[in-house]
Amino acid sequence: MTNTIADIEDSDMILITGSNTTENHPVLSSFAKRAVLKGKKLYLIDPRKVKISEHAEKWLRPFPGTDIAWINGMMHIIIKEGLENKEFIENRTENFEALKETVEKYTPEYVGKITGINAQDLHEVARAFAKAPAATILYCMGITQHTCGTDNVKSLANLSMLCGQLGKPGGGVNPLRGQNNVQGACDMGGLPNVFTAYRPVNNDDARIGFEKAWNVEGMSAAPGLPVTEMVQKAYEGELKSLYVIGENPLVSDPDLNHARKALANLEFLVIQDIFETETTKIADVVFPAFCFAEKDGTFTNSERRVQRVRKAVQAPEEAKEDWEILCEIATRMGYRMSYSGSNEIFKEISALTPSYKGITWERIEKKGIHWPCPDETHAGTPILHTAQFTRGLGFFHAIDHTPPAELPDENYPYILTTGRILYHYHTGTMTMKTDGLNILSPECFVEISAADAKQLGLDSGSMVKVSSRRGKIEAKLKVSSKAVDGTIFIPFHFAKAAANELTNAKLDPTAKIPEFKVCAIKIEPVTA
Amino acid sequence: MESNNITINGNTLTFEPGQTILQVAQKNDIDIPTLCHLKNTIPTTTCKICVVEIAGRTELIEACATAAADGMIILTQSLKVTKERRKNISRLLASGNHNCAIRGFDSQDWTSFQLGVLKDDGKEDLCPVWGDCELQDLAYRYQVKTLGLPLNGCKYETERANPFIIRDFSRCILCGRCVKACREIQVNNAIEFSNKGADAKIITKNDAALKDSDCVFCGECVQVCPVGALISDKSYRDKRFKDTQKIRTTCSYCGVGCQMDIFVQDNKIVKIDGADVDLPPNNASLCVKGRFGYEFVASSERLTQPLIKKEGKQVPVSWKEALDYTAQKLSEIKKNTGPDSIGVLTSARVTNEDNYIANKFARAVLKTNNIDHCARL
Repeated sequence: MTNTIADIEDSDMILITGSNTTENHPVLSSFAKRAVLKGKKLYLIDPRKVKISEHAEKWLRPFPGTDIAWINGMMHIIIKEGLENKEFIENRTENFEALKETVEKYTPEYVGKITGINAQDLHEVARAFAKAPAATILYCMGITQHTCGTDNVKSLANLSMLCGQLGKPGGGVNPLRGQNNVQGACDMGGLPNVFTAYRPVNNDDARIGFEKAWNVEGMSAAPGLPVTEMVQKAYEGELKSLYVIGENPLVSDPDLNHARKALANLEFLVIQDIFETETTKIADVVFPAFCFAEKDGTFTNSERRVQRVRKAVQAPEEAKEDWEILCEIATRMGYRMSYSGSNEIFKEISALTPSYKGITWERIEKKGIHWPCPDETHAGTPILHTAQFTRGLGFFHAIDHTPPAELPDENYPYILTTGRILYHYHTGTMTMKTDGLNILSPECFVEISAADAKQLGLDSGSMVKVSSRRGKIEAKLKVSSKAVDGTIFIPFHFAKAAANELTNAKLDPTAKIPEFKVCAIKIEPVTA
Repeated sequence: MESNNITINGNTLTFEPGQTILQVAQKNDIDIPTLCHLKNTIPTTTCKICVVEIAGRTELIEACATAAADGMIILTQSLKVTKERRKNISRLLASGNHNCAIRGFDSQDWTSFQLGVLKDDGKEDLCPVWGDCELQDLAYRYQVKTLGLPLNGCKYETERANPFIIRDFSRCILCGRCVKACREIQVNNAIEFSNKGADAKIITKNDAALKDSDCVFCGECVQVCPVGALISDKSYRDKRFKDTQKIRTTCSYCGVGCQMDIFVQDNKIVKIDGADVDLPPNNASLCVKGRFGYEFVASSERLTQPLIKKEGKQVPVSWKEALDYTAQKLSEIKKNTGPDSIGVLTSARVTNEDNYIANKFARAVLKTNNIDHCARL
């Protein structure tokens, strides 16, 4: 997030898109709902009529996978009506002319044809966004999990820059992080192309700096493979071994049929986890690890706030900390790694990570600090890009709409979109151990509109077979007012009816993120 | 020049325009008790415990709902105030089933009193929040006995039809904090006040059970309930008097990073509350997963031994064997097919420290940049 969570409550206009906020970020959603109570405006643009719509001034419904079109359409209107922030564009950005040229053809009528959004509604949201003293954009995987995910994000950044809504309280472009420490995992170099603090591995200064600090030679300058490509390389036999920490790709990966074959093809699969999962079952080695309540350390939240994690209970006797297991193996492989505890590791992180340099456990004892925090006297940075962008001037990317990789046809007439629900988390390995959560949400379901269900001659509770070109599952139908005709939602938590049997593993070319939010499926009744 | 000063118990204090007397007092560590006030919400003024005396006014006023005005001279502990508070505490004690030990009894027959309590209670244990009840604390502090007060039963049955929250209407003092928490803090709009007078009750839409209502079981209402009307089905049920440790940490579910207090007894989590109301990012709020979804920690299904697949079957082995074998296999593969034939999936679930070490392990030990995690999934 460029801004803080608290900031949302002070926004004059909140634009939520591709986020089922009340279910996936419940506490954060309260900030938006309270802003509405105070008279601020909230608009939802989302293929599903998710619960936050009840608090929205208006819900606009685009066809899944048409985000660039409506965002360009909003910018078209804003420029046509002269509502853009000319001063911000002049002083803080470049390449505006190219953007202007590209969005020229995205008239409300043209956008309406692509997205299904009517012109009047689009005008209303565009004007509200441009005119608001501070407007924030909150988005989640509904924006990113597309073959054009990166372009979707850039388009939202275009929109925010166009109206000068970045770098100030109540504004910003704010991706909501779905897991407790996604932000931290990225910050810590848990990515194929960068070290900590996003310094590229192919930058000689960065790499040589780390070689010195770590006292090694010959580190690779070639960016590595992202997870989705590792799976493909395993399938092709080039990747021989995978070392997995606390993940369950055999439920969370797209196109599970393919993923299973890929992982089965590995010569050596090692997993550290706290439970047996679909993935640990096929591993060559499984290490029992600590869970969050047994660890001392830090997580970095969605607003870049580094916060303490503290040991509350003793771990099972035979388990070890994740970092400790890795250190033991490293040492056995001839590179000695040994730390007295997590705090010693954090000190090494601070020393080698500019954005964390001023953060110590002592400083975040009571309250977390937002990175970047360059030194120990620095209070942290709640809002990014206040004076300039990371690259200096903000760059407008001129982007055209591209359709999803797989659209409905005669054989697979429905669009499937996947996501999470309130009562479960990811592949359910944690939440499904709490009886109460299982009582409130016991099994997978196929969310469908009343009209679609009627056309199938089925109702809530009917068992259906859902299939795509890649796989099939069986689950109960659930008629819901959240669903729009032609679009089906299935949560991906449930291994027994894993939505990812169906999903398409087509990737965004830059971020290598799979298109979980659009694929084509068919639905048939299951006869008992 | 305009000044913003009030005097509380002889101390001159400055205030910000718009601040209530209660806010000024709290900011200056002056205690004014209240059972219905909930920070960041509109006052309900239902409990009348926060009454204070203002020089020049005959009526006592509620500190939670009265704006500070320049020159006000306020007494928070005068005899008049204390008498009024005692009266109001007494009224609340008499309003329902508050059979804690501070309750007196009007006959000289202790046994018949106890039987009466049990009958009204419908169960054999005392109030489940005994010792952790704001009303009981105040009754003790103000030495309010309920001698002579009738034991009031309750016409509404206790609701237990959901996995997380017990609603015992017989102990509800209708302070309205739960309604405020639901409508003004979490804004889930699941509960509200219904009826007036003797029939008053906190209800969901159509008075349905929580599980059939708009309730999303965030539990904010349980956290703010000053008495035993809303309690978590799990917490403190059996071992209330045992040593409890409270540890502040960060929630392990979504990326909001809610700060929370974990309550531990005998190495087991018994309760989780949102941390301080002034502490970002969550200001004491939590969701259903963060508050109630902790059973996995002590699950009997936790992995407890390293496993190695031998002849197609995973068998338990010693740490030494598992670590030696893994190091040997990885070294072999690195040598035979090169570092880039190995990949590491680190995790968005583990700490920064774990992730940093995974990053170091991949790049410095395995010598590959094939490291990623499930951010995209």
